This record gives sequence, C-alpha cells and structure tokens, in this order.
Amino acid sequence: MITLENVTKTFGKQSAVNGVSLEIASGEIFGLVGPDGAGKTTTIRMLCGLLSPTSGNLSVLGAANPEAIKHHLGYVPQRFSLYGDLTVMENIRFIGSLYGQTTDKINALAANVLNFTNLLPFKDRYADNLSGGMKQKLALAAGLMHKPTLFFLDEPTTGVDPVSRREFWQMLYQLNKEGTSIFVSTPYMDEAELCTRVAFMNEGRIISSGSPQELRRSYKYQVFELSTPDRNLKARLKSSGLRDINAFGEKYHLVTDSSPTAITTVKAALAAANISITDLNEISPNLEDVFVALASEVN
Amino acid sequence: MYAVEITNLTRRFGEFTAVNAISLKIKTGSIYGFLGPNGSGKSTTIRMLCGLLAPTSGDATILGLDIAKDSEAIKHKIGYMSQKFSLYDDLTVIENLKFYAGLYSLSQPEGKRRIAQMLALAGLENRQNELAANLSGGWKQRLALGCSILHNPPILFLDEPTGGVDPKSRRMFWDIIYTLSQAGTTIMVTTHFMDEAEHCDEIGFIYNGGLIASGPPSALKSSINGLLLEIPTPEPMELLAAITSRQLPYLDIYPFGANLHVLIAEEHASRYTPFAANLISPSLEDVFVHLVKSHRKEVLA
Repeated sequence: MITLENVTKTFGKQSAVNGVSLEIASGEIFGLVGPDGAGKTTTIRMLCGLLSPTSGNLSVLGAANPEAIKHHLGYVPQRFSLYGDLTVMENIRFIGSLYGQTTDKINALAANVLNFTNLLPFKDRYADNLSGGMKQKLALAAGLMHKPTLFFLDEPTTGVDPVSRREFWQMLYQLNKEGTSIFVSTPYMDEAELCTRVAFMNEGRIISSGSPQELRRSYKYQVFELSTPDRNLKARLKSSGLRDINAFGEKYHLVTDSSPTAITTVKAALAAANISITDLNEISPNLEDVFVALASEVN
Repeated sequence: MYAVEITNLTRRFGEFTAVNAISLKIKTGSIYGFLGPNGSGKSTTIRMLCGLLAPTSGDATILGLDIAKDSEAIKHKIGYMSQKFSLYDDLTVIENLKFYAGLYSLSQPEGKRRIAQMLALAGLENRQNELAANLSGGWKQRLALGCSILHNPPILFLDEPTGGVDPKSRRMFWDIIYTLSQAGTTIMVTTHFMDEAEHCDEIGFIYNGGLIASGPPSALKSSINGLLLEIPTPEPMELLAAITSRQLPYLDIYPFGANLHVLIAEEHASRYTPFAANLISPSLEDVFVHLVKSHRKEVLA
C-alpha cells in the first residue's frame, strides 16, 4: 500500500528525512514515533503528495505521485486547520463541498461522521469554542468526509487529555476495522502499543521498526522494576554496574546487560545506604523501555 | 511554609473564563505538578503568577509578594521557561548563556560562576561553542533551562518543558528538576505526560479553568473506588470489544499500553478470573482518566 525506498528530503543543507525505506501493508495501523524534528511530519507530507522527495522512490496506493490518488487519501495535519469562526457543521459542509460532493451526499455524510465522532450534539458550536480533544475529533471528522482508504494523522493526540486520547484511538480502531488503513505519528508510547506496526524515527532516519511484540523481543537487555521511596537513586547506584536507570512513573527501571551480579550489587548498595526496597522484579520491557534504549544508543 | 499561595484566581478574556476561581498553595521546596488538557487554563495561570498577565479577580502571592502590586519585585525571584523559550539560534551555547547573564545583570564573576554551573547541570560543557541551532531538542531544552535559572531564582515555573523531546531526554530533564528541588528550589511544572507527574510532591488537575482535584499522587490514587484490574494483551482494542460485547460488569474500561484496564466493583472480581487479570494500584494516568470521566459524569455508577 505504501512503499518508501531510500527516500531523502533535504531543505537547503538540512536533511529532514535521510534514506528512509519502509513497506506498509493494506489494513495496518502504522505508528511513526520519535521526538520533534525527527522527520515525521516531512515523511507524512511526502506521502500525501504535499512535498516531493529530494531523492529515492515512493509509491502510495500504487502511484509514484500521491497527487494522482489524492481523493483516496485523508490527512489530518498537526495543527488544527479548520475555521474557528465557522460552526462544527459549517466546517464539515465546507470540507464536503471542497471535495465536490452534492448537497444531499454532504448532508448524509456529515450526519454520519459527526455521529461517529460524537460531535453531533455540538454541531452548532463555533470551532473556536471546542476543547482541544473535540477540535481533534472535528479534524478527524473533516478528514473522513470523502471516505479515504488511507488516512494520515500527524500527532492527532498531542496536548489532548487522557480520556479524549483514548476516545480518539477507539475511533481510529473502528475506522481500521471498517477497512481504512491508518498511518499515524505520536509521541506517546502507550499509543504506539496499539499499532499493528511501529517505526521509531530519529534525526531523519528509521532506527527500528516492527510490530510492538517484535520490537519488545528485539530488546537486548534485562529490565528490573524497582519500587522504593528513595528519590536519589541515580546518584546512589552510579557505580553498581547498571547499564541505565530510568524513572518510570513512581518506579524505576534498572537496565542490565543480562549480568547476573548487577541486581545483587544493587540490593547490597541499597541495603548499605539503608534504603528500603518495596518491590524489585524482572519485568518484560515495554515500548518505552525499547525506545529509551534506542534513543540512548543514537545519542 | 508556602512559596506560592493562590486564592480564587480568575482570568476572563471577553466572555470566556480561562481560569475560574482557582485556589492552591505550593510548599516551599516542593515540586508541584499542574496538569490538564490543552486550553484548560494552565498557561494562563502561570502567566498570571509570573506577572505577565493581570488577573480579572482573586489574589496570589509569591514568597509573600502580591502578584498585582509587586510584579517587578517578583520577576527577580522567579525563573520561567516555556516550551517556546527563545534561544538565539545563531549564537553558540556559551553566547546564549552570556547574553542571559547580561539580561539578569549578573556581575562578571557571578555570571562566570553561574554559567559554569549551568553548563555542568545541563551536561553541555563539551558543547559550549556549538551553535544553538545545531542542538537537538533535548539539548536545547536543557540549555533553555540553564538560561532561565542563571539568576538562581528560588521559584521556577516550567510550562511543558518536555514537550517534543525524546524519551531519554525527558528523563534527563527530570533528573535536573530533582537536583534543583533538592537544592531548595520550589518548582511548578506543567506536563502532558502522566509518568512525569508521578515525580511531583503535589498535583493539581485543572479542567475547563477549574481545579477539579489536588493532593499528593498517593492521595489522588486512593480516591478511586473499586478494584483496578490490568489484563495484559497484545490486542487491547480487541479485548475491550470482547468484554463490552459480553456485557461483563465494570465501572470503566480502557486500553493502557499493551494492557486493558478495567475498574470494577469488588463483588464482581470473580467474573474476571478467566482473563488472568492482575489487581494493580492505579497510576496517575488512571487517576486522570477517572477524574475527567467523573467530571463529565461518564463513569458508570
């Protein structure tokens, strides 16, 4: 459905996307994750036909130039680009007419997408007066007005509350079930877990890709989860031979190179400092562990 | 002792109430996490506390100074860093720091001493002659933080300091916040990442301009009634659909990374034994899912 072969995009001397190759099958929810400036938006814009690659080849739904198959693509950009001084319904009808639909068809589709995105009760509200989460749902609704087969979403949940984030993903999942392929970028690793496949991008390159399970399996280290009231853990465990110590919420993830002695050393160091251990267990890594390790290797 | 005391602070823009009668106190030397979705009023509150925006009504004091009357005096006592903190791209790391040292009117020896401290704190000693433009997101954030605390302020306001940086840099940034806090700085920080909020001593959650919950993370967590189950699954969405279609009893249900979280009443625990569910204590992310939904009255009672 999407193929990228060695795709590069440079702006002046800066290469935003650097030799990216990817293959995405029909029916996927493909997640592109990575920090700001990694090249995610540039990649999406090339796939939508809004930018041309400087070199390399790409194909979207069989077309080398996505411009040619634009009516099959949906795109929700990172910044809300609808009209704040139009109501929800007016925005939706406006987008519908941009796609050249008849009035009857627009009315039927508008009711349908607003119902799907739970925005029907707010149809007469000005877009400016919607909350962040509702604005994103409106952008999603607008992107659905021409029934795309392939949907691109650029960080749709950034700055959205934890509940709206989940509602948004329920909608993506529903769309996917109904046959829409989805390409989405996100800074949230818990959202990456909901994708069928994930690629991690940094400084213009794809560092790793695969299904969430594959990525977790590719993790080369052991992770121990430590619960302790101590807040000064990093300094205390500096010389205990751990590969890395990362805070995970109120817990710590201790990363070892599968050395059997590391955890014994940790226990001894904490006992010597009179620090109590509430819990210390080996756990299977989550995607955040995987990407913290990948990001450290790159830096 | 409280470094910040806010009483009924309100700010309206025309007919829109951005901040609605917020009252809160921040203990000296603590880390206060100020959470809430975009547009809920976090930045407006912080801008009022920094003296950048006048309140419509209500009061606030910073180290005993009134934000309405003493805003100039307050500016010397606070550091403020937003996600869009302006560094000069065409200046080097050290030039940016020197520029800010000048803005804060630090004496030359004091400026020199503080710049060296900031370079060490941000881990930028070996990169001082690089142009700010060439730093990646995480390094830029740490340089911005260094610039905003050169004058050694007792109170620091951080407005989404970790937006858009990689997961490793987010953690490095929090290590610095800890270091500052342990040295006695009072910190008020906003973030969208609930795992970061777990590091705060106290949390306030703001929604539609109002403070809907506040307290230490542990108190907020124990405010959830019911049992929270975690069901590990490679297909959280599939399992969610399966459980809802089977009409099993629950108070709330939602995906959580590679797991499904189900909040249930105690008497329904046995209904979930076939799912190999673990009983867990809620994280702050669970707390906020719960708070937002209760606020919208969507949790089934």
